[in-house]
Amino acid sequence: MRLLLPGLTALLLVSTAQAQAQDLTAEVAHSWTSGGEAAAVKVIVDAFTAKGGEWVDWSVAGFESANAAYISRLLAGDPPTAKTAVAGPEVTELIAQGLMNDIDAAYHAAVPEGVVPQVVLDAITVDGKVYMAPTGMHAGNWMFYSKPVFEKAGIAEAPRSWDEFFAAMDKIKAAGITPIAWGGQSWQEGIVFHGVVLSVIGEEAFTRLYTDGDLSVIDTPEFAQAVETFGKLRDYVDAGAPGRNWNDATAMVIKDEAGVQLLSDFIKGEFSTAGEVAGTDYGCALVPGSDSLITLADAFSFPKTGNADEDAAQALLAEVVLDPTVQAEFSVIKGSVPIRTDIDTSGFDVCAQEAIALVRADKIVLDSAMTLSPAINGGFKDAVGAYFADPSMSVESFIEQYKAAFANG
Amino acid sequence: MADQPAARNSAFSPARNRATGRLRLPVAALGALAPAWLIILLVYLGTTVWTVQLSLTNSRMLPSNEFVGFAQYARLFGTARWTISIQNLLTFGVVYVVGSLIVGFLLAIAVDRHVRFENTWRTVFLYPYALSFIVTGLMWQWLMNPEIGIQATMRAAGWTWFTFDWTTKSSMAIYAVALAGIWQSAGLVMVLMLAGLRGVDGDLWRATRIEGIPLWRTYVSIVLPQLGPSIATAFMLLTMGAVRTFDLVVALTNGGPGQSTEVPAKFIMDSLFARQDLGLATAAATVMLVTVMAVTIPILYARDIWARRRAGTI
Repeated sequence: MRLLLPGLTALLLVSTAQAQAQDLTAEVAHSWTSGGEAAAVKVIVDAFTAKGGEWVDWSVAGFESANAAYISRLLAGDPPTAKTAVAGPEVTELIAQGLMNDIDAAYHAAVPEGVVPQVVLDAITVDGKVYMAPTGMHAGNWMFYSKPVFEKAGIAEAPRSWDEFFAAMDKIKAAGITPIAWGGQSWQEGIVFHGVVLSVIGEEAFTRLYTDGDLSVIDTPEFAQAVETFGKLRDYVDAGAPGRNWNDATAMVIKDEAGVQLLSDFIKGEFSTAGEVAGTDYGCALVPGSDSLITLADAFSFPKTGNADEDAAQALLAEVVLDPTVQAEFSVIKGSVPIRTDIDTSGFDVCAQEAIALVRADKIVLDSAMTLSPAINGGFKDAVGAYFADPSMSVESFIEQYKAAFANG
Repeated sequence: MADQPAARNSAFSPARNRATGRLRLPVAALGALAPAWLIILLVYLGTTVWTVQLSLTNSRMLPSNEFVGFAQYARLFGTARWTISIQNLLTFGVVYVVGSLIVGFLLAIAVDRHVRFENTWRTVFLYPYALSFIVTGLMWQWLMNPEIGIQATMRAAGWTWFTFDWTTKSSMAIYAVALAGIWQSAGLVMVLMLAGLRGVDGDLWRATRIEGIPLWRTYVSIVLPQLGPSIATAFMLLTMGAVRTFDLVVALTNGGPGQSTEVPAKFIMDSLFARQDLGLATAAATVMLVTVMAVTIPILYARDIWARRRAGTI
């Protein structure tokens, strides 16, 4: 012990000296590694560096491996300066354990009152203090369609109701084209299912179920109707759908081999990479029957490091991320929607313009990934995947399994 | 899990010097092996104990010390996906192990008939085993995809009645996984069996020829019973491989369609990382560990008795 203490003190002195030498250095953990994502991160890196920070990248491809490595470091008492995450339970659990720093001061210095939608603000606030700096939101309930296919099948405009939708799909089928480019993996099916649920049960019931956890919503006839509508989609997918990756499904729409793809707006990156332009080559509309967005905010979170320099770097990073110009530039590249409503929207494509208008009108609900534990969300996906794969599964037994996910998660 | 029965080291049994009758301990050998044993104790046993301990707590994203008894196990068996995973593993395990043994044995016999280019065939059949399960899974995913794989090729060639769409059918998908597994593992079984076949006494063959016993009968009734140790080794390797199956499923079907190819190892990985449910994941891991031990310990024990009986020590 007598030998250990001076040794530790010496070590501490050395590390403090190092930290002073590299002022405002932030080691940032993220899993935005694909082409477009990396380009979007660069916007933040450049702005951060311009303000005197030094960015040390700790990127791990695949958010699961990134999380595993992050949690190990957090528990070992050696966390990175910041980490990207879905603004939800995966961060709030760490806040509850007292492992995270708040950025309340930096947030209020950077963001005026009333420019961030209240539901998002609530999601990043714990006990009256803001803990996370959101980069942007992705909306899950989009429908992307091939304009040439719609033309060929004689569909004038994007269907706005489920009746119109199924009529349009019948036309595409009759034209000998696969109506829906379906990615038959349960996480994708889960996203589509929640889109259908919102369109049928409406904004108020959706929030009551997924944000407030009011399970009685599941027993309403409207929910059962949503399940049935979702099941009807089975008739419009091709034989190769099970197990298909989302980008392979997007490729079908790009190559005009399929009519529509229902999924989150992150798939726009595939269209732009293929040189397609929103509004010209492909169209976008909300899932039929809906007039609000299901949003999922990504945010930086800031572990307690016990180091004043790193605290300063965290505040600077938060300030940079929340800056209106950075918000706009980041989202244009990433294909997301900024969380601030007071930004310049001129650089965005038509789909994002529509989304931004909805955010401004406060027509947004939170994705269940922001409100419920990963275990519950995992149970949802299991149930939805099983239901879609098995046409003989009754609506009742699906609802039972879906409810069990709530109870068991 | 990878510790082999061969790891039993005779250097540890205190030998008696025949001449003097005095006990001499192999100090140097013990000293050299001590670090290895320390690692085994700390790393393998330590983590196993920790896993079991976590399964009795309410751990979610972070390990917790709050014990909740067997609540996680109750949750585990109340989860539909877990029970489905176990059923799938049983189906897969039986088809995969039995299939690999049969195909491997037939391949071994074929090669053992002193065919021309024997070495080439042996290499060809063993080659799949050198691949990672991820590669095997991905390759078979493409082959079995009805839109681009074997089915599409056959239909394009004119056989429009041809259907091979197992990976997209809930009822058949688990057999598709087993098929890919057999393709990969049959070569290993072949090599093990071939070693056994080469050990069969040449006089036996001459005797059966003189007696006029048909070839198949010789293999089934005379040769096969002598391959006991080879079969036991292959069986154990295959069974342990089946229980651990994860990468093959992830690459081939990712558990789908629906949950028709979910397996316990994938359940554990998903719960551990994606679902941040440490308690549930460790409970599932513990159930699997106990199951594997229940299967392998009797086999190891039987082999031990077998070997000793042969050596004449009992």
